[in-house]
Amino acid sequence: MSGPQKTPAVLSVAGGFDPLAEKVSDVLRLARELGASQAEASASFGTGFSVNVRMREVETLQHQRDQGLGITVWFGNRKGSTSTSDLRPAAIEESVRKACTLARFGSEDAYAGLADASRMPTKVPDLDLYHPWDITPVAAIELATACEAAALDSDPRVSNSEGAALSVSEGLHVYGNSHGFIGGYPESNHSLSCAVVASADGLMETDYEYAVVRDPGDLPAAAIVGAEAGRRAAARLGGVKLETRAAPVLFPARVARGLIGSLLSAISGGALYRKASFLVDSLDTQVFASCMTIDERPHLHKALASAPFDAEGVATAERRLVEAGVLRGYMLSSYYARKLGMASTGNAGGAHNLVVQTTGESFAELVAKMDRGLVIADLMGSGINPVTGDYSRGASGFWVEHGKIQYPVTEITVAGNLKDMYRGVVGIGTDVDHRGAVLTGSILIDRMTIAGS
Amino acid sequence: MNVMSPGTALDMARTELLDAAGITDRDLEHALGLLMRGDVDNADLYFQIARQESWSIEDGIVKGGAYSIEQGVGVRAMAGEKTGFAYSDEIVVPALNQAAEAASAIVRRGQQGRVKAWQARAGHRLYLPADPLLSLADEEKVALLQRVDREVRALDPRVKQVVASLAAAHEVIFICASDGGLAADVRPLVRFNISVIVEQNGRREQGVAGGGGRHGYEKLDHERALEFGREAVRQAVVNLDAVSAPAGEMVVVLGPGWPGVLLHEAIGHGLEGDFNRKGTSAFSGRIGEKVAAELCTVVDDGTLEGRRGSLNVDDEGTPTSKTVLIESGRLRGYMQDRLNARLMGTESTGNGRRQSFAHLPMPRMTNTYMLPGPHHPGEIIESVKRGIYACNFGGGQVDITSGKFVFSTSEAYLIENGKLGVPIRDATLVGDGATVLSRVSMVGNDLKLDSGVGVCGKEGQSVPVGVGQPTLRVDGLTVGGTGGEA
Repeated sequence: MSGPQKTPAVLSVAGGFDPLAEKVSDVLRLARELGASQAEASASFGTGFSVNVRMREVETLQHQRDQGLGITVWFGNRKGSTSTSDLRPAAIEESVRKACTLARFGSEDAYAGLADASRMPTKVPDLDLYHPWDITPVAAIELATACEAAALDSDPRVSNSEGAALSVSEGLHVYGNSHGFIGGYPESNHSLSCAVVASADGLMETDYEYAVVRDPGDLPAAAIVGAEAGRRAAARLGGVKLETRAAPVLFPARVARGLIGSLLSAISGGALYRKASFLVDSLDTQVFASCMTIDERPHLHKALASAPFDAEGVATAERRLVEAGVLRGYMLSSYYARKLGMASTGNAGGAHNLVVQTTGESFAELVAKMDRGLVIADLMGSGINPVTGDYSRGASGFWVEHGKIQYPVTEITVAGNLKDMYRGVVGIGTDVDHRGAVLTGSILIDRMTIAGS
Repeated sequence: MNVMSPGTALDMARTELLDAAGITDRDLEHALGLLMRGDVDNADLYFQIARQESWSIEDGIVKGGAYSIEQGVGVRAMAGEKTGFAYSDEIVVPALNQAAEAASAIVRRGQQGRVKAWQARAGHRLYLPADPLLSLADEEKVALLQRVDREVRALDPRVKQVVASLAAAHEVIFICASDGGLAADVRPLVRFNISVIVEQNGRREQGVAGGGGRHGYEKLDHERALEFGREAVRQAVVNLDAVSAPAGEMVVVLGPGWPGVLLHEAIGHGLEGDFNRKGTSAFSGRIGEKVAAELCTVVDDGTLEGRRGSLNVDDEGTPTSKTVLIESGRLRGYMQDRLNARLMGTESTGNGRRQSFAHLPMPRMTNTYMLPGPHHPGEIIESVKRGIYACNFGGGQVDITSGKFVFSTSEAYLIENGKLGVPIRDATLVGDGATVLSRVSMVGNDLKLDSGVGVCGKEGQSVPVGVGQPTLRVDGLTVGGTGGEA
């Protein structure tokens, strides 16, 4: 090569906070120069790679490198927003100018603006979210191959595969606003997943298992993940339809999360303000059975939804969301909080580790408690009406008699209304699933309508 | 067929994506050469710039507009069933070469390869390359939302809330492949969406409507927007009187248009080439077999003018086509991208699509619909003694492997003695893709395509699609509701 080459400024996660923070500061300074009364900017950078292995052969190797900058400016009560993936100075300047132009066209909105300055964190705690994984693609391929092999070898009926994937990523995120707050932190996410097909009598079923962690040291053995995928797929073979009936339904931890997810949508500021929620005016009322207590714990170390501040820079804090079935709070950003005459709950951008307290029963004990009913394996479709709470989804699972799983069932629906389902919770398992923003065990609901043939 | 001279789109894409970054043909050849090493048999570069805007009104307040710009280049090297992929969101020569090095790491090192002579591929001319963001002044976009908001609130005193949005995207792509193929496309896409909440005696219901296509805002004028507003209010008001859906197996009549999401979910996904190459689809290895009633012919057609799911060329530079999937009940063909077509010994059908430069292409649907049949829609309803008529859906999902699908109604009615009865709420229909079409006993003469709001998700990638169908009678689908046994 001849002489030094001029290459674009290279960002890296290990390179730290400063290069991104500089871009955020540039945006805020320029916005001020252009006359904005308030501004915020959020910059991110991430790298990683993923490998896919299928039928014991490498299928894909993908490298990722993402960067982005989101900008919002306010001129009094009018707002404009832009985002760009080009972080060169000229592109950043153009984006800020464009946001300022767009702000001219909005309506006066008395509730618009940054979150209150008093809510910014005084210091950004280290939540132990960054554990980069220095694994080579070759070693990653070996891990994914071992994972899939465990699935393929787990049961003779496991006949085909959709593959196993290992994904490694790390990123850096910096947020700043014209209150003078600027903060950021690095994060890592690593996942291993496997999906296989089991077949018998000319019919096929598929299922999957996955693990997702901040720290590669916490990843379960590839063989365990794979074997579980194989076991799950094979267990679904031979499903029969059920006759239409009403029965108790057990949502295993991995699907129970969705029940709490529906709660979060229903108590989000936007839905409440628009009255597009079945939980309008439900604060301090009995929403769940009294066995349900939910805490939000944003500072759990290494947890997937931990964050020191939310998307508006509001410092996150621990709180009780549901206490013995009574709803104690909403999920609010500052905009909807103002519209509702309340204060931000630090949830701009979502929930931060909702921990559902268990009633102390294991999964097997919940099955025994149910005695006769349905254990769900998988839910399909989007049959939840957020306004009325009507719930009707496609399902497959296992039928339980005498407190034990008897046989797989398929092509059925489970239906009810979320209000009744929440009040009908009779048990929450100890088998907590840590793979998302909601940390819950299995949830047993006393009665739902099951439709089949 | 109306074919666009390859020049127009190619020139525009070169100017915007390559010239602006100082990338020459030699740079492209060099990067492809880096990719074509060892046993790599195919490679391509995908340059993209996408500008998007959205405007929304809630509570009578227009939120300031939002604008985003995303650009980058995705590079891919294929060796048999193996694919190496990398991308950069900076379109500059060093980043391009770095991505090419990373993508080619999937195969053993070998001699740097050669690229065949460039050859421009022609595409269709299904939409004009004009930038839709510029097709209406920003003041006018705001005024449109304000006017529609006002008028929709005045339609019915029960309307309590209106949220409406206007969005446009302008995408320029340039593709060059190791076989010398050069292709480009300039894609406009606009959309209007509205949702209303109505309230009566303490009961609240929601109605949603919207539409758009590959054109500018000129085809999404006030009249059309207000029409969607009226439709959202009508739907919400109907649901105020809806009773719980029955549960159990019933005769289901599916209305024309958007209910074609059934075909998309139950049949379409199962006929995408990747699932069939891997043998993981319920339709794998069944070409030529009878999979539907004789009345059923289903096609995927990316060549419809101005439609949301249409493309002049797909994301691999192959012109889209009209692919017959099921003909008079028999399975005819799969939808293919280049990789799966090559591995299955066939040709790409122009269904290779990707969400962006940062994603790998795979076989995806464009506009999928069933051709019309002989029956009058009224006669289909009259033929049902007891069942349900489902004319609008929220969405659906399918398990490709077992063939099981699910979708949820947003507007449906009971049918009793050949007449439409009370509206029912939020019923879920479940069935089996491999058998549902064999239960179709009547097909209407009223083929309708949806209004242009469909988004299809697969393996984490979203792409715009169209669906459609005539009125259909299905003799037996499981209906999930809470209103007791059917």
